[in-house]
Amino acid sequence: MLSRAHITGALAFAAVAAVAPALPPWLVSLATIAFANALVVLGLIILWRAGLVPFGQALFYAVGAYAVALISRYTSWRDVFLLVAIGAVAAGLIAFLIGFLLARYRDIFFAMLSLALSMILYGILVKTETLGSTDGFNVEPGTFFGYRPRGAALNLALFWLVLALSAVAAFLISLYFKSVAGTLAVPVRDNEIRLEFLGVSVNRLIHLKLVISGILAGVGGALAALAVAHVDPNMAYWTTSGGFVFVTILAGAGSVAAAFVGSLVFELLRSIAVDLVPGTWQIILGSALLLTILFLPEGLGSLFQRLRRAPQKTSAGTAR
Amino acid sequence: MLTALAILTDGLVYAAYLFLVAVGLTLIFGVMKILNVTHGSFYAFGAYGAATAVGIYYDRGLPEAGGFLFMVLLAMAIGLVLGFVLERGVLRLVYGKDEVVIVLVTYAVFLMLEDVIVLIWGPRSYGAYQPMVAAGSIEIGDLVLSNYDILLVAIAALVAVVSYWALKYTRYGRLLTVVIFNRETAAAFGVNVTLVYTVTFVIGAMLGALGGAMMAPKISVTLGIGVEVIVLAFAVVATGGMGSIEGALIGALIVGICRAAAVHLVPQLELFVIYAVMALVLIFRPYGLFSRAAPRKI
Repeated sequence: MLSRAHITGALAFAAVAAVAPALPPWLVSLATIAFANALVVLGLIILWRAGLVPFGQALFYAVGAYAVALISRYTSWRDVFLLVAIGAVAAGLIAFLIGFLLARYRDIFFAMLSLALSMILYGILVKTETLGSTDGFNVEPGTFFGYRPRGAALNLALFWLVLALSAVAAFLISLYFKSVAGTLAVPVRDNEIRLEFLGVSVNRLIHLKLVISGILAGVGGALAALAVAHVDPNMAYWTTSGGFVFVTILAGAGSVAAAFVGSLVFELLRSIAVDLVPGTWQIILGSALLLTILFLPEGLGSLFQRLRRAPQKTSAGTAR
Repeated sequence: MLTALAILTDGLVYAAYLFLVAVGLTLIFGVMKILNVTHGSFYAFGAYGAATAVGIYYDRGLPEAGGFLFMVLLAMAIGLVLGFVLERGVLRLVYGKDEVVIVLVTYAVFLMLEDVIVLIWGPRSYGAYQPMVAAGSIEIGDLVLSNYDILLVAIAALVAVVSYWALKYTRYGRLLTVVIFNRETAAAFGVNVTLVYTVTFVIGAMLGALGGAMMAPKISVTLGIGVEVIVLAFAVVATGGMGSIEGALIGALIVGICRAAAVHLVPQLELFVIYAVMALVLIFRPYGLFSRAAPRKI
């Protein structure tokens, strides 16, 4: 079950965790958000492989984040593991419920309906005073099994938490991709009617994928809420979902690692662009997206695969 | 009674706005199968163009009706140029790719155009209230109606009638209908599909800009106005059935009246109700009210 990729991945996560204390604080914060978002992107990749693009994944992201924020506001529970678990369950439950509706749709209609559902949540959040309205509210710092770090130590602890959860998620999802349900994604994309004739319920398959991606987005949102220490309705707005789709395209759906590398590249690109050209960073982001679609349709992940394949191609002569 | 009347008039005005922003979107989707996120930029460029036109024209003692005309014409000229450049410069490169991928291409262009607006007009907000003030208002019973709102409804109705007539009774409209039904067969019969695409996209862009220009006097023209319009227009188009002009009209009326009712009766539900209506319609009519059945391909 453990392949070489798993070991490489585990080593990579361990190496990042080991060097984290030596990294500048801004990079740790950036990587924390990047990896929290990478979990959402991982969920998007699951759906993308089946040809589905949710333009409303921010729904589950915001549910995860608000679950954490509300609990830390109205109860005395502070333990991050408990909070993230609750965020994941809340988002998974919502995904399960709306999955009955959403799993019937494909293509553009899937994208639109998920967009509408996330905008409903946005509308509720903006108009509800007890949920913080447009300002949102702050999230109390979490504790780690009784350990109460503050300041830089808290950031580092959160980063390690995000890394650990990312490693677990990456491992589980890579197993899922190899499972029967996971490998059926591409046939769904290519021709689902044939799949139905083979006796597979495509709707149930997609429902399962939705729940998995919802849980991942919930975990991502919960972690982001803890890392930023604030939640606001923009977490459910369609531009947030657009950002996740953006990273998915940038990363490509080829591998689990792509989600993490892509998300990190995206956050770096964004912060560098904001730093260098504050007024026009969206032009840079937009061009990056456009160029990726035009020249690298399989995403950044395919770049590595190409490099890996390159020596074989030369030894095999001029096959292509 | 007054509330009911207010809901009806407010709903109509809002529906007119929704229809103006949705009709271009649905036209482009119907013909080209492109869900055009850039439509929000067309709207924003139209609004900014209108604000510029108002700034140039008013306070010079010229006849006031001319200012309105100048505003609309400038905005639509901007839409024409923008639509043409986009279709020929960018979209042409990605025809044949997945529908969803093309959505992302338009999303990328939308992001870029958001900053182009900042580069051209700067980050400050503009007011273009003069045409609205010049139009004045009338009183019907206890209800005060702005003449500009009546004009807005009239223009939306005009656009609806003209587009319906153009699609059904003109040569170009019939060619368009052919392309909507089956692009390949149309091409095989000698329809210049490339040209139809360009013209459709440009018309769609001009309609988006018209929507922006008509709304400019009623709103503060500021950054980010396109972002909200996109999802609103999507909701209307999805409710009515994507690619259908009648659908956009009915969708705009339903959503407009429902929102006005929410604003007057339960203000907390204002934003919620628009998307709730869409979700509700989609539960029972998965592809919108006025959608055609699509053949399954095995």
